[in-house]
Amino acid sequence: MSMQKTGFYGVLLAIIVAAPFLFPDFSTQLATLWLFIIVAMTWDMTGGQMGYNSLGNIFFYGTGMYVAAVIAIALVYDVGEYTGAAGGGRYDFTNQQYITGFLLGTLGAGVFCAVSAFILGYVLFGLRGPYFAIGTLGMAIAAGELVSNWDWVGGGQGITLPVYAGDFDQTKLFIYFAFAIVGVILFIFLKWLYSTRFGAAINAVRDDEEKAEAMGLQTLKYKLVTWSLSAFFIGMVGGISAFQLISFEPLESAYQTINLGIFMVVCVLLGGKGTLWGPIVGAIMFQIFKEVTWNYFLGWQWVALGALIVVTVVYFQDGLMGWLMHKKPEWFGVRVESKDDTVAEPAE
Amino acid sequence: MSIIEVSGVSKSYGGVKANHDISMSVEKGGITGLIGPNGSGKTTLFNSIVGYHPIDKGSIKFEGKEISRMQVPQIARLGLLRTFQQTRIYSAMNCVDNMLISLPIRKMRFMDNFKRNTPEDHERADRLLEFVGLYEKRFLRAGSLSFGQQKLLEFAMALMNEPTVLLLDEPTAGINPTLINGLIDRLKRANSEFGITLFIIEHNMRVIMNMADSIYCLAHGEMLASGSADEVQNDQRVIDAYLGAH
Repeated sequence: MSMQKTGFYGVLLAIIVAAPFLFPDFSTQLATLWLFIIVAMTWDMTGGQMGYNSLGNIFFYGTGMYVAAVIAIALVYDVGEYTGAAGGGRYDFTNQQYITGFLLGTLGAGVFCAVSAFILGYVLFGLRGPYFAIGTLGMAIAAGELVSNWDWVGGGQGITLPVYAGDFDQTKLFIYFAFAIVGVILFIFLKWLYSTRFGAAINAVRDDEEKAEAMGLQTLKYKLVTWSLSAFFIGMVGGISAFQLISFEPLESAYQTINLGIFMVVCVLLGGKGTLWGPIVGAIMFQIFKEVTWNYFLGWQWVALGALIVVTVVYFQDGLMGWLMHKKPEWFGVRVESKDDTVAEPAE
Repeated sequence: MSIIEVSGVSKSYGGVKANHDISMSVEKGGITGLIGPNGSGKTTLFNSIVGYHPIDKGSIKFEGKEISRMQVPQIARLGLLRTFQQTRIYSAMNCVDNMLISLPIRKMRFMDNFKRNTPEDHERADRLLEFVGLYEKRFLRAGSLSFGQQKLLEFAMALMNEPTVLLLDEPTAGINPTLINGLIDRLKRANSEFGITLFIIEHNMRVIMNMADSIYCLAHGEMLASGSADEVQNDQRVIDAYLGAH
């Protein structure tokens, strides 16, 4: 890595670590920003890099929440009894139990979601284009309805999780860094993944799946692995979100198809599909947009969001990074046709 | 020895009998041609062989193995590859990336996917791009190439995959006549130097008569004639079919 790059990443890491201390009042917003960055990057794995636009990735977020919560509770108490009390009764967790539940819960959520993506993918990857989008959306909506009727996990009331017995600000910092660590790991992982043959193969699926099959790529295998990897990370941040929210219910906070489920797509569209940095830049832009409209245009925030989506989709399809790539291809190492446009004669 | 063995294959689309009771074979190591007027069922036969659609009747064997029930990637992984009449390349990537993605993955383990391409892979890609005359253009987006150049790129990608048999659907269609001679030469070299068996659909009679060891002629979905270039060229039924007397 060149000096400049090392310096760039060094500064970035310093900002990540320092941000919650410099802006303590915004640590919740910063944590949410990380959430957006992570779900946008994972959405882009299938949507941008592989050409499969899922509208149901929120399924893994919600499922991650529930799995993490159930694991954390089950380590100490009987889940049915705990949710039956719906936040009432005395169910104390020591800080040790909280930390163990948090770690095993988020990890378990990731693994569970990765496995479910693999299984669901067998059915859903038979669908292409808009049918895949609708199919996955249906999956997420159905899951929300099913879970909200499942009493063992609290039904429509949801679950109230244990609270860390320490300082409130400390908990916020803890949550911020949990998100940040997953985000940094995800970034490093994707930077590596997209540089391998695997990354090239999923790009091939996006550009021409039929050709890829004709060249002997087992496209289903690549699609399943990609979606599983993406679900693993979404599941984990779902788990972290569960501990951040403390109390959550199925339709508005876990399987929130029209909120986070759409936000992640908008983030990627804003930043630029199919690029490493696009989803990150897009998530930052979106979080700023959202905070501003939700604070200063309350009542009109959904209209503003709708307008943003329309403008992006109609006029700005490639997003910021795509637009830059188009304007300044040389920044991205893309070479354009030179003036010498003659067919190169073969060297005989 | 024949490497592809087609016997009694029929395929209909609704009421249209695209192929009716076709039997033929492709000799290992040779160049076999398939000709016939438009709509005579040549591409349908190709699609049947590489598994694009199930056939109604008959059997297709590759290296003695029945493949008529197998799916496209499975057949491709046996080393039986095809190119498309309407060229298909990954247009958003540059030529080198197009080549690298065409590495013979069937010869690797799945975990090899998580490695980067080796310098040898890059070298081979460059060599084959040079072979088809696209070396100068290797860093350009494949989509920005002309149609003829895209055909050459697709051919190079197929070679990168190290196939045993290559099915080419009209390799010279849409290519500048001055480039055609170069392409014929390269196809012959792919056959003689790389040992790839070729099975070619071609409309350009000069091209196919020049290359093929044996030629099959289809008309109205049925096998009309077969034999050496001379035999087929002088067959009255073939001439009639092309002139519309059939």
